[in-house]
Amino acid sequence: MFPELGQFALILALLLAVLLSVVPLVGSVTGRDNLQAFARPLASGMFVFIALAFGLLTHAFLTDDFSVAYVANNSNSMLPWFYKFSAVWGGHEGSLLLWILMLTGWTLAVAIFSRRLPSVMISQVLSVLGMVSVGFLLFIIVTSNPFDRLLPNVPADGADLNPLLQDIGLIMHPPMLYMGYVGFSVAFAFAIAALINGRLDAAWARWSRPWTTVAWAFLSIGIALGSWWAYYELGWGGWWFWDPVENASLLPWLSGTALMHSLAVTEKRGVFKSWTVLLAIVTFALSLLGTFLVRSGVLTSVHAFASDPERGKFLLMLLAVTMIASLALYAFRAPVVHVRARYGSLSREIFLLLNNVLLVSATLLVAIGTLYPLVLDYLELGKLSIGEPFFNLTFSPLAVAAGLLLGAGIFSRWKKTDGGWLGRKLLWPLAVSVVASTVVMIGYGGFRPWAFAGVFTAMWVTVATLWDLWDKSASRKGRLHGLKRQSRSYWGMVLGHLGLAMVMAGATVVSNYGIERDVRMTPGDVATVGDYQFVFTDIGERRGQNFTAQYGGFDVMLDGEKVAELHPEKRQYSVGMSVMTEADIDAGLFRDIFVAIGERISDDAWAIRLQYKPLVRWLWLGALVMAIGGFLAISDKRYRIRDRADERVPGNAAPAGPVKVEAEALS
Amino acid sequence: MNPIRKKRLTIVLFLLVGIGVAVGLTTYALRQNINLFYDPSQIAAGEAPVDVRIRAGGMVEEGSVVRDPESLKVVFRVTDFNASVPVEYVGILPDLFAEGQGVVAMGKINGRGRFVADQVLAKHDENYMPPEVADALEKASKGQNKAGETAQPESY
Repeated sequence: MFPELGQFALILALLLAVLLSVVPLVGSVTGRDNLQAFARPLASGMFVFIALAFGLLTHAFLTDDFSVAYVANNSNSMLPWFYKFSAVWGGHEGSLLLWILMLTGWTLAVAIFSRRLPSVMISQVLSVLGMVSVGFLLFIIVTSNPFDRLLPNVPADGADLNPLLQDIGLIMHPPMLYMGYVGFSVAFAFAIAALINGRLDAAWARWSRPWTTVAWAFLSIGIALGSWWAYYELGWGGWWFWDPVENASLLPWLSGTALMHSLAVTEKRGVFKSWTVLLAIVTFALSLLGTFLVRSGVLTSVHAFASDPERGKFLLMLLAVTMIASLALYAFRAPVVHVRARYGSLSREIFLLLNNVLLVSATLLVAIGTLYPLVLDYLELGKLSIGEPFFNLTFSPLAVAAGLLLGAGIFSRWKKTDGGWLGRKLLWPLAVSVVASTVVMIGYGGFRPWAFAGVFTAMWVTVATLWDLWDKSASRKGRLHGLKRQSRSYWGMVLGHLGLAMVMAGATVVSNYGIERDVRMTPGDVATVGDYQFVFTDIGERRGQNFTAQYGGFDVMLDGEKVAELHPEKRQYSVGMSVMTEADIDAGLFRDIFVAIGERISDDAWAIRLQYKPLVRWLWLGALVMAIGGFLAISDKRYRIRDRADERVPGNAAPAGPVKVEAEALS
Repeated sequence: MNPIRKKRLTIVLFLLVGIGVAVGLTTYALRQNINLFYDPSQIAAGEAPVDVRIRAGGMVEEGSVVRDPESLKVVFRVTDFNASVPVEYVGILPDLFAEGQGVVAMGKINGRGRFVADQVLAKHDENYMPPEVADALEKASKGQNKAGETAQPESY
């Protein structure tokens, strides 16, 4: 009964989505307020029905309703309740439903938090979001119905959730990632709405900014969670594999980062408008592409579902339709936009332009490396893969270049920056960074050119960011007063950049100075990794709720003192009989110690992986700091104050923004 | 040239340089890092290059896994039920590595026709088959049986 209700809710949501994508749009084009007024109720209704469907699917999981095929395939009565809950998005259909839940959630959020926007704009934005919902609701209803029944042969028990997914990292990873992916649909909707009514102005950029930033922040967390999970659960200590699925999430992140910066220029200075719109479209397209790559089964990866090709085709169609429609709209409408503001060849605008060039180059690069093998395979020109060295070799220089520019760009001014002044300004940060990175190099024992480049870039970004903060917070009323006076969006930027520096430092140090050893050990053996000694004390058995495990014991010694006791496991899950390696990690801010058990070699000997991972935590902490920066930035009161200014002139074309820009341009 | 045109020219030049650098780096890096996939029949027939990093895949032959008790060295044969190739690997094998299961290995063929792997990937759940392996098997069986058919979902 409940599953049928769920399906019914999906169909009702689809009907509402169709109405949402038509009625307010027609209203906005014909200028009929009564039709535009439908936008918010329709958006709310759509969300309510999707939430209902999601709730019903969750109910089916929690009550072990194995008559539902999706539940039977992805759950088991022996699972603890929280894994039953997370199993809702453990497979294709459910994760798609989660995707749609997020999408309608974002749509609802736009409807709620944009009360101060002109009615025409909000109707169009919600209509565009409605269209996206139509696409995905059709997809789920036609090809991937999570409520399909297994009647009359209801299995006695489920096939179990893949043990890889029975983990906290996986409970969190997809929702965060989807929040990001789907969040970019809002920036996309704003861009399309702006193209439709020709209002590509500073106000449009200001409205888009918080949505873009928050989506980006979620995506950052989602990617970091995925990497963290791969590190301890899957990758035997690796944290990024340039796996096509990872790349699929990195692509929208890179172009989203470019979009965030380009929006800043468009808001503050009224330039780069067409470019910003294009980036918004591309970022959303890359989110769709990511969904397609992950969900269509074209890839060999942990995420690949051996699924039916219809789904892939449908998603590809959806992607193509979205792309063609929005790019056609772009082609017809973008040239309408005129640029009035001017800026010098050395200015903040130029630095941000370079930032965009580098980020887009990086996006292209990752896209080529990811899609090239797929295209060749599709054309039957051979099967090949592009390895990690390709990405490391090409991505690293771009990252370093972006970091170096960032440090200089922080000090630059809008419109025009004096070259000599900037040079003098950079001298001290440069000296400090060189000295500091050299000290770090010596600390890690050995100079390596690439390691130095990475550490120096991270240091340079940090020093420049803090230097600028120091300059800006100078105040006659004291330092604290000066720091308090800084806006939240400025703090957001500071944290964003510091987080980036942390990621860079972590990535560089762990790749260059991490140590990994695979050894054969019997209980009693001692192995040395760097400064640490690992003593294999014993190995025994342990029973968990739905598995039995070989349970190892290791003492980790440093200078004759025990610093950690680790218990890695090799688990056998009772349902499905699959084997899982559970590494044990002694985590620290400056280093991780990692032990994992491999296979049994002989009666008492085991293959053991021992690792020393310096600064590996900084990768994920850095991403977290970046995301916090993003959330801080959108809480800036200026978004609210300016919105109130809009309210005073309802329906008027952006009072504050463009007028100011023109005034500046004329002066 | 008026300032606006000049600005546009600068922007275009920047873009061209950026894209040029990206394309240059990409082609350079691509040339060295493309790993072609070969199935056991191709390798046995000598179609695969020696001493070049390639990918190979197929099923682990039943009863072929031999482990060195004193080190992490392991030798096994990968087959597409038409031909089989010996694979040598030193290190930890993935959890789902087992006889009769699909694997993909990265490595080089040495002078004696043995595939020396530096990485072995197994499928990550019992139903999933790497597409390359599925393809190779299908090619080898030429539709006699559907050994390479990919089964149901699911994993994440």
